[in-house]
Amino acid sequence: MRLTGSLSFRLGVALALVLAIGGVAVSLAAYAYGRSAAQQSYDRLLVGAASQIAGSLRLRDGEVIVDIPISAFELLSLAPRDRVVYAVFDNQGRRVTGYDTVALPEGDGGFFTDSFAGEPARYVHVRRQIAERSFLGAVDVVVGQTTEARQELAQQITRNALLALALVGLVISGLAVLAVRSALRPLRRLERDFAARSVRDLTPVDVEVPQEIASLVAALNRFIGRIDRQVRVMRTLIADASHQLRTPIAALRAQAELAREATDAEEQLRLVTKIHDRSRNLSRLTDQLLNHAMIIHRADSVELAPVDLRAVASDAVSQFDQTLSGAEQVVRIDLPEAPMRCDGDALSLVEACKNLITNAVSYGKPPITVFVRDDGPALGLGVRDRGDGMAEEMWADAGSRFAKRSGVSSTSAGLGLSIVSAVAQAHGGRLTLRRPDSGGFEVFVALPKLREAEA
Amino acid sequence: MKVIGLVCAVLLAGAAAAQPAPEAVTSYGPDDAARRLLVRGTTDIARFENVLRLFTSRPDSPRIDYEQWGSNDLFDVTLAECRSGDRAADMVVSSAVDLQIKLANDGCARAHRSTATAGLPQVANWRDEVFGITRELAVIVYNRRLIAAAEVPRSRFDLIDLLRPEDSRFRGRIATYDIEASGLGYLFAFADAQQATTFGSLIEAFGRSGVVATCCSAEIIDGVADGTYLIAYNVLASYALARAEENPDIVAVAPDDYTLVLSRAALIPRHAAEPNLAGAFLDYMLSQAGRAALRSAHLIVTTEDAAMDSLSLPETPETSFRPIALTPSLLVGLDQHKRREFIALWRSTFPRQGDGEAPPE
Repeated sequence: MRLTGSLSFRLGVALALVLAIGGVAVSLAAYAYGRSAAQQSYDRLLVGAASQIAGSLRLRDGEVIVDIPISAFELLSLAPRDRVVYAVFDNQGRRVTGYDTVALPEGDGGFFTDSFAGEPARYVHVRRQIAERSFLGAVDVVVGQTTEARQELAQQITRNALLALALVGLVISGLAVLAVRSALRPLRRLERDFAARSVRDLTPVDVEVPQEIASLVAALNRFIGRIDRQVRVMRTLIADASHQLRTPIAALRAQAELAREATDAEEQLRLVTKIHDRSRNLSRLTDQLLNHAMIIHRADSVELAPVDLRAVASDAVSQFDQTLSGAEQVVRIDLPEAPMRCDGDALSLVEACKNLITNAVSYGKPPITVFVRDDGPALGLGVRDRGDGMAEEMWADAGSRFAKRSGVSSTSAGLGLSIVSAVAQAHGGRLTLRRPDSGGFEVFVALPKLREAEA
Repeated sequence: MKVIGLVCAVLLAGAAAAQPAPEAVTSYGPDDAARRLLVRGTTDIARFENVLRLFTSRPDSPRIDYEQWGSNDLFDVTLAECRSGDRAADMVVSSAVDLQIKLANDGCARAHRSTATAGLPQVANWRDEVFGITRELAVIVYNRRLIAAAEVPRSRFDLIDLLRPEDSRFRGRIATYDIEASGLGYLFAFADAQQATTFGSLIEAFGRSGVVATCCSAEIIDGVADGTYLIAYNVLASYALARAEENPDIVAVAPDDYTLVLSRAALIPRHAAEPNLAGAFLDYMLSQAGRAALRSAHLIVTTEDAAMDSLSLPETPETSFRPIALTPSLLVGLDQHKRREFIALWRSTFPRQGDGEAPPE
């Protein structure tokens, strides 16, 4: 197992990153907003105070008289810690009253930033036009204030925003922890299910899981199924081997003992011939058993590929062991012109076909024909003979092991059809037995056609 | 006290001519103290001595040099030191709180923060630079030998009523500060002008009945004591109550309609040599011991003082009291135009105030 770090840790890092970036962005935004909000609200006070002062102007003998209302300064005192500076200038630009540190600014009015007694200060310049007989022109009022209250308000807004953000972050983190836990819970269930299994339990996993994990569980179940089948093949092989091989080997041994003790040379020769026959049958039996196991193993493990069944049939005929008893019978072959393609494992199919040929040779009547044909929805690969074939009541379980007859014959383990049936199943087809109208008996595998698009 | 009064008169005579100088100087604490603190104030030494002595009687105390100044001179010298960056006083305490606010507004004060200053109400602390250390009432003072209890004015309305009759015996025998000569008088009058519409009828009555506008608290109270004046208006209660200790005929009345409450303001100049020590002294004045000392000198008046014979408080003092808040609004009164106009208004009601000294009798 390779560990790639904790999910919670990764999620935590991702969250922290998101929150940190979000935090920085929100703080910058909040600070900018706070600054502009504070600037705006205190600028209004400043304009209010300056306008009140401008409104209090009077003229006496052509001279500007400033009667600053207390309320103007009370307005400014709403920024409780900020220092105040002001000046009023007449139409000649002369200072009428106020601080001499303030210079008459250019322009018709507006805000500007400067300093006052060593501190940054915000100023507003308000101009009032006066048109009287004794006075014609503009009076300029400049009011300034230091910026402590603005900064404090901006900071306060930023602080509150950050506080809210921190709270949101905490809530999100909490929810994330819960979400991770609940997301990982099905995995824990799986873990418990596996931990609780007995060594022999190869049944599919049956645990409630969400969609996201369902495919994982399905894959697991397929994997388990494959293991299960392979284990079963192995068991079958062992059971078959012990069941099938014990008797012929015992017989062989008995005849060998007889042969050892025979004094007559002719008798000995007869026994040795018998031993030879028996061992040949034994070898066939062993082949069949191993073939069966191999086919079933391949059915699970080999990828299917497009195969031409005509090639399969001719391979089977050519590989058919002509030395077997009844080899003198001619095996015919009946193939169509067009290629008969289906998805399949050539080796398994050849093996199945050989088994059918062997069966026909052993139990059927010649002539024996290996055929491939197009049955419409499916393709048929099989063997036909002239005999009566199997009794119909046995057709149903013709494909199961040792079905043909109880016990073991000297030449076959009765595994032939069961191998064919297994191959058919592995290809999505099935073993079919038939008595055609033209007489005789047919055993064939019906296989699904290769779909046109893929052909 | 008389010496001080004399100095005051001399200063008045040659107001602008003389180089600003303290009216009196006294030192407290051990001669050989390692550190010295220079405190300048407008408060009479006699009133302020108490707290100075207590502070300097503690172990390892610094030596305090206390200089008594006139409020305008004190402002001028403090501003000059602020501008030049010369070694300044370590603390400035003035009853001209508007000038103190102006000093702080112009950046001449240094901030001091402590638990004691944090405990001050907002009206008594501006920017942690100007601190109100006392609580003094602006009162009506009279002589109980000369005025019957029934006649005693309890409010400004009473005072206006007393002055109304053409043949009133109070004509020409009521005194108040000359607001041009006294910064404190100007401050009180300006505050009166904002407090109530009474102000218009009050100065109108003052003008009609020949109210005497004169300098200095001491001089006014002297006049009440010797019968020159029957009533004095807007006098600082601290001075009146101190005089009442020697002369039980003096009585102070805090007007019912409203009573101005002045908090003498202390600040530590920007170029103070011993700002930390000054801060410690400030904290001491704000401490329980310091406040007790100020109280014994009548610089802090509380409602408990209603028990005093010589002080008559309104029935509901806390609603009648109008503290003069330490805010930049005080700067309005200092504006050249505002001041010129206000003084012009005042002057127009005191047509005979040209010589400004002797009462008309």
